[in-house]
Amino acid sequence: MGSSDMADTTISKGFTDRMRRFFDSDIWYSFRRSPVAIVSTGITLVFFLAAAFAPIVAPHNPFDLAAIDIMDSNLPPAWDEFEGDTRFLIGTDDQGRDVLSTIIYGSRISLVVGFASVAFSLVLGVALGLISGYVGGRLDAFIMRVADVQLSFPAILIALLIDGVARSVMPRELHADLAFYVLIFAIGISGWVQYARTVRGSAMVEKSKEYVQAARVIGIRRGTILVRHILPNVTGPVLVIATIHLAIAIITEATLSFLGVGVPPTTPSLGTLIRIGNDFLFSGEWWITIFPGIALVVLVLAVNLMGDWLRDALNPKLR
Amino acid sequence: MLGFIVKRMIQSVIVMLTVALIAFALFRYVGDPINNMVGQDTTVEERDELRERLGLNDPFLVQFGRFAWASAKGEFGFSYQHRRPVRDLIAERLPATLELSMVSAVLALAVGIPMGVYTALRRDGFLSRAFMSLSLIGVSLPTFLIGILLILFFGVILRWLPTFGRGDVVDIGWWTTGFLTVSGLKAMIMPSITLALFQMTLIMRLVRAEMLEVLRTDFVKFARARGLPDRSVHFRHALKNTMVPVITITGLQLGSIIAFAIITESVFQWPGMGLMFIQAIGEVDIPIMAAYLVLIALFFVIINLVVDLLYLVVDPRLRVDRATANGQ
Repeated sequence: MGSSDMADTTISKGFTDRMRRFFDSDIWYSFRRSPVAIVSTGITLVFFLAAAFAPIVAPHNPFDLAAIDIMDSNLPPAWDEFEGDTRFLIGTDDQGRDVLSTIIYGSRISLVVGFASVAFSLVLGVALGLISGYVGGRLDAFIMRVADVQLSFPAILIALLIDGVARSVMPRELHADLAFYVLIFAIGISGWVQYARTVRGSAMVEKSKEYVQAARVIGIRRGTILVRHILPNVTGPVLVIATIHLAIAIITEATLSFLGVGVPPTTPSLGTLIRIGNDFLFSGEWWITIFPGIALVVLVLAVNLMGDWLRDALNPKLR
Repeated sequence: MLGFIVKRMIQSVIVMLTVALIAFALFRYVGDPINNMVGQDTTVEERDELRERLGLNDPFLVQFGRFAWASAKGEFGFSYQHRRPVRDLIAERLPATLELSMVSAVLALAVGIPMGVYTALRRDGFLSRAFMSLSLIGVSLPTFLIGILLILFFGVILRWLPTFGRGDVVDIGWWTTGFLTVSGLKAMIMPSITLALFQMTLIMRLVRAEMLEVLRTDFVKFARARGLPDRSVHFRHALKNTMVPVITITGLQLGSIIAFAIITESVFQWPGMGLMFIQAIGEVDIPIMAAYLVLIALFFVIINLVVDLLYLVVDPRLRVDRATANGQ
C-alpha cells in the first residue's frame, strides 16, 4: 500500500502531510515490526504486478497460436535430466504452452474476478448495512432476515447454484459472452452479508452520536450524512473483511472453474489450469496441475496472512 | 419460547417455498416442457392437446401448487438425460453422499476436538504452533486441491489407494453401503479426509478459542484453588462448557459438508448426488437440478431448525433471554 504512494513523484503539501501522518501511524509501525506482514504483502504485490504486466513478465504468450508448437507439448520442468527444456522453466502442458506463462496469465484472470466480486459484495453489503442500521424499522428487519437466511447456506453453494442456474437458463452463445459477469455476480452476491452485518452495527452506534445529530439539525440530507459522516467511521472493519474476502473469492472462483462452471475455457484462470492438468495426473505429467495449484495456495495464503495482520493491527483491543 | 419456535418454523416454510418457486420457474420457463417430451413429427394440435392435458395452460399459482405438492411427495418427474424417474436416481445416489458426509463429520470431530484442547492447554508448545500454522494452510488450501494432492501421493506415486469411485458396495434393501467390503472402505479413505480437513481446522480453532475463554473464568480458577487435579479441571469443568458452541457449529457444518461434497465427489468421481448435480448442470438436465435444489434446501432448513432447538435445550440461559426478549 505504501509503496504505490511512494512511487508518486508529484509532491504537494497535502500529500507530504499525509505521507508523514502515514509513517507516524500505528499501522505503519505494526507493519514494520511484523515479518509475516512484510513477506505476505511482498508476495501479494509480486502477484499483482506479474498479473498486471503479464504480457511483459511472462516468458511466452500462451494464447498466441503462432508462437506455440505442438512439438513442445508435455515437456517436464527444465531440471528434468532427459526431456527438460531450458526455454520452459516449469514445463509445458498438453498443447505445448509454457506452464509458467499460463500461470501468470491465469492469476490475472483469478485476481480480476476476485477483485470484481469483492467490490460488488462490498458496495452491496455496505450500502444495505448503512441503510439497515440508519433507517431501522421494517426495512432493517427485512434486510437482516434475508441475511440470516443466506448465512445459513455456505457461500460457495450459493455461488454454485446461481452460476449453474444462470448457465442453464441462458442460451449458450449469450452465456459465453456473459460468463465473466455471471461469475462475478454469483460470487459477489454470496458474500455481501458479512459487510452488511458489520456496517449495520457500526451505523447504529454512530447514528446516536452527537456529530450525527448536529449534522441532522443543520439540515443535511440523509444520504449525505450516510456517505460523508457515517461511512468514514466504518472503513476499518470493512477493509479487514474485504482482505479476507478476497482470499475466499479467489478460492471460490478457482473451485467453480475447477468444477467446469466458472470462467470460459478460452480465458483460463488458475482453477481452470488445475482442471486441465488434472486429466494428465495419471499419465505422470504432474507439473501441469501442481504448479498452478502451488501458485493458487501461495496467493491465497499471502492474502489471508495479510488479512490476519490487518485485523490485529486495526483492533484497538490488541494494541 | 413457543413464539420463537413458531417464528422459526414460519421462516423455514418461507425459505422452502422460495426455493421451490425457483425450482418451479426453472422447470416451467427454461425451454418448452412439451418440446422435451415429444418427437419432431408431433403436430401442433397434438402438442396443444398435450399441453391442455398436462395442465400447462392453468394459472401460474395452480401450477405452482401442483408442483409444490408433487415435490413434497418426492415426485420430480423424469430426468432428460437418464430417461428415468428423478426419485429413483436420487435414491440410488443418496447413500453414497450421506455415508461420505457422516464419515467426514465423525473424522473432523474425532481429530479436531483433541487438537483444539491440546493447543489451548499448551499454548506455546512446539506442537501447538505447528498445528496452528498447519490449520492456516488448511484454510488456504481449496478442497479440490487437497483431493488432487492426495490422489497424486497415495494413488499415483505410492499406488496404495483407489483414486475414484466407491469400490464394491453391498446392497441391503433400499440402501447401498461401502462399509462392508475392503475395497469400499479403502475407497472411502481419501475422499473422507479431503472433505473433513477444512471442518477439522475449523473445529480445532473453535475449541481452542472457547477453551481459552473458559479457562480464564472464575469457576475454573476456583476449581484450581480447591486443589482439583488438572485433568479434572480441564476436562470436567472447562471442556464441558465449550461444548455448546461446538455442538451448534458442528451441526451447522453438517450442511456445508453435504454442500462441499459436490467438490469432493467430482474430484474422486464418487457416485453421489453432488456429482450428479454437477453433471446435470453441464447437460441442462432441469428435473435433476430442481430436485437437488429442493432437497439441499430441505436439508439445510431441517439442520438449522434442529440446531436452534438443541441450543434452547442445551443452554438454559438462552431460554430466559429469549423469553424476556419476546415478552417486550
